[in-house]
Amino acid sequence: MNDLTMRIDGKEVGAAEGMTVLTAARGAGIEIPTLCHHDSLEPYGGCRLCLVEVTERGWSRHVVACVYPAKDGLEVRTRTERIDRIRKGILELLLARAPNSPILRELGEEYGADPDRFEGEGSFCIHCGLCVRYCAEVKKAHAVGFVDRGVRREIAFIPEIATRVCESCKECFPLCPTSYLQAAWVLVKSLATPA
Amino acid sequence: MKGTELCAPAADLEEIDRIIDRYRDEKGSLIQVLLTIQAEHHWLPREVLSRVAERLSVPLTRVLHLATFATAFSRIPRGRPEVHVCTGTACHVRGAPRVLSTIEELTGIQPGETDLDLRYSLETVNCLGCCALGPVVEIDGKIHGKVSIAKTEDVLKSCE
Ligand code: SF4
Ligand code: FES
Repeated sequence: MNDLTMRIDGKEVGAAEGMTVLTAARGAGIEIPTLCHHDSLEPYGGCRLCLVEVTERGWSRHVVACVYPAKDGLEVRTRTERIDRIRKGILELLLARAPNSPILRELGEEYGADPDRFEGEGSFCIHCGLCVRYCAEVKKAHAVGFVDRGVRREIAFIPEIATRVCESCKECFPLCPTSYLQAAWVLVKSLATPA
Repeated sequence: MKGTELCAPAADLEEIDRIIDRYRDEKGSLIQVLLTIQAEHHWLPREVLSRVAERLSVPLTRVLHLATFATAFSRIPRGRPEVHVCTGTACHVRGAPRVLSTIEELTGIQPGETDLDLRYSLETVNCLGCCALGPVVEIDGKIHGKVSIAKTEDVLKSCE
């Protein structure tokens, strides 16, 4: 099965065709931080936190590990000064959105991110898409989706579907790296079924 | 045109179904259906989006995502005509801001808005690809070039 051989952080790692750099690394016990990745969902590449440096035929560049396919002879570095700096920047931007998220705070500490670097905008959702994709890909319920774009992008429950399926499922709640999903659900529920 | 009616007329679902059936089996039918409905009805009401989702067997989340993503689509009624004022660099230096404020004054609406009678929608755009004609105003697909303040009112009237 392991028909590809790569070097990740100096360690020889075997991988199979179709695997991503992330799955290969994790299989070999090498940890790469992720926020939008989930093993039972299609690769997404939304948060960019998992970025690593790959070197192919003498060229190196930064790619996101959760989407980049494992290749034979690939040289991967998962932590360099530059990677740490980029991850710190990403975390500072996300912390401006969701300052109280335990996962973000923990990662922020590890990478020396300053939670107050950017003015908070308190929108809480970091657009990881876990709730939307889990609902679509695993539950096939399509009760929650994204609407709008750019800075106005947000998740939206479809009330007709959500009031029918969400109460007994709620499987996406623990996936959310912030508390926004639950807050949005409580709001939809109270609007759709006034007491 | 019904001049003083405040609400947009309710969508005729039979008509919507005909549009859906026109594209139903084609690849990429969703965007074609939405574009056609937008072009013919000037907006995409929620019940229309539900109908499209149902008849094309596409999740409503996807229909909503698309309908709120592209600026070509509108979730609120748009007027007839749709007035597009180019505020790209060339038009800007050639006086687009003055043309825009004249149109705002004449119609009483700001970019992104539609007046209550659904007589105009105003939108700024970034380049219409004919900079030499600037400032350019496009009204329902028709390009008006070298629009001066004095000409603005005539240009607006010409499409009523
Ligand atoms: S609500 Fe939570 S899970 Fe859903 S996209 Fe936002 S941060 Fe991700
Ligand atoms: S985990 Fe790879 S981009 Fe989010």
